Amino acid sequence: MKILVAIKQVANLDDEFEIREDGKDVDHDFCDYEINEWDDYSLETALQIRENNGDEGEIVVVTVGPDEAEDELRKCLGKGADRAIRVWDDAIEGSDQVAIARILTKIVEKESPDMVFMGVQAADNAYAQTGVAVAQQLGWPHAAVVNSLDYAPGASSATARRELEGGLEEEITVNCPAVLTIQLGINEPRYASLRGIKQAAGKPLDEISHGDLGLSDDDVGEAGSVSRVRKMFVPQKGQAELIEGTPAEQAARLAEILKELSGA
Amino acid sequence: MSEILVIAEHRGGELRPVSLELIAAANELKASTGSTVAVALIGADAASFTGAVSVDGVDEIVTVATNSANFQPDEWAAAVTALIEARSSSLVLLPHSVDSWGFAPALGATGNYGFATDVFGIAQDGGEWIATRAMYKEKVHAELDFPGKSTVVLTVRGGTWKPAEGSSSPAVSSLEASATANSQHVSFVEPPATGDVDITQAEFMMSIGRGIADEDNVEQFAELSETIGATLGCSRPIADAGWLPKSRQVGQSGQIVANCKLYLALGISGSVQHQAGMKHVENIICVNTDPEASIFSIARYGIVGDIFEIAEELETHFE
Repeated sequence: MKILVAIKQVANLDDEFEIREDGKDVDHDFCDYEINEWDDYSLETALQIRENNGDEGEIVVVTVGPDEAEDELRKCLGKGADRAIRVWDDAIEGSDQVAIARILTKIVEKESPDMVFMGVQAADNAYAQTGVAVAQQLGWPHAAVVNSLDYAPGASSATARRELEGGLEEEITVNCPAVLTIQLGINEPRYASLRGIKQAAGKPLDEISHGDLGLSDDDVGEAGSVSRVRKMFVPQKGQAELIEGTPAEQAARLAEILKELSGA
Repeated sequence: MSEILVIAEHRGGELRPVSLELIAAANELKASTGSTVAVALIGADAASFTGAVSVDGVDEIVTVATNSANFQPDEWAAAVTALIEARSSSLVLLPHSVDSWGFAPALGATGNYGFATDVFGIAQDGGEWIATRAMYKEKVHAELDFPGKSTVVLTVRGGTWKPAEGSSSPAVSSLEASATANSQHVSFVEPPATGDVDITQAEFMMSIGRGIADEDNVEQFAELSETIGATLGCSRPIADAGWLPKSRQVGQSGQIVANCKLYLALGISGSVQHQAGMKHVENIICVNTDPEASIFSIARYGIVGDIFEIAEELETHFE
């Protein structure tokens, strides 16, 4: 049994930041990075399936991202993934989600896992796109926004629930192998143990380029994309009227406003 | 003449209201670009929604019959692909909804069409479509273009356009599409009836978020909500942690507080998903320690401060 979990390192923009000189992105000097929150849940889903399978099976984590993204892969290894793959080179810079999906598709083809898990979306840009894009390129079954999963390794289908709007859920069966996008709340992600973190340092982490996957320069970057950022800007935003003063003064004013607006 | 194609969404035999928002978006662009507006209805009972989408501005309706009555991603993707190929639509609009997340990216992944998600601005510049979306947790906006693509597919953020109204008598035609379904709908599962409250009916809501920090603190805020006469709600992390029942969650995956007129948000940063459930409320007041939290950009009044201190003081004014 093998499960592939694709993760993304997401950017947190500082409160003060600058747009890059070409006007097409923010200056990355103003970013901090962390693992995408959704990916903790995808990895946990894989780890639990393996535990329920008598600890049999391999979990491979993959990301498309620059050097810094290695930190997130190490964290996944610390939690129990066996092996990690990071794909990056200069030509990948500027890829949209379709081009990123093309890279992940090649990885899936190479690894032939029984299941692929990815987050529903990434916390920074919220495309909610990559998982289903990979499934399309592979020609694999897929389901998005899974918040409950019943899957036995090797089974020809899985039962899943999709979280719809307004608290409604949809139960489906999906043929396997499949690409599933995993929603927050499907489980309680574990923390890495100290022992796990120590072991992670010794686990394999491959670094490869798009060329190693048999992709050409036209498959990635702007050439391989179906959208392009032509301008990035700071939007005009509304701003609440701030209630100033000591907490006591603020609360007094808040009470007045609440009483007036609630008609109490 | 170029065509704007709206993919209507339905569930459980009902047209989802966001479909009419997409038609409104298409109508706005129709006026500025001289396009025609067609609405596609996909599903085994597709034709039953014909009346519901015959609103102002719709020039044509196309139905695509599928095997499944309910959303099935392979059939829906095949249907939209067949529509685009048959009609050479210039712009295709879908809702940025859970079902779209399940199939729309497959259209983009072919590489044949321009594609972007969660778009809230659409324009033309020199005959090319331009889409605006947010990036970096909504701190910046980006304009996207789609070089060399004669068809652009966009998923559109709900609540951006006011639903189209009125009536029209569009021509109705049908199209065939075939696909192998790799997944099957089993059932819809309604949220458990908690015997609790229906927050969609509440006029005055007080919602708590991550800022309450600990489950032990829920009780004091529940008491505060009673004291001030508000219905207690929450953001997703509180419901996911099981601190409050899911029925009290406000947002895209929770409830839309449709009747709310006054909304007090305590310790809620205001993610897009949360805003989807409450942004429409006329009077939003927020308390948050982080002055950069996006909730301040949609609130009428705001307090930068500690929710525990404010809550303690606030209570004294209602005794």
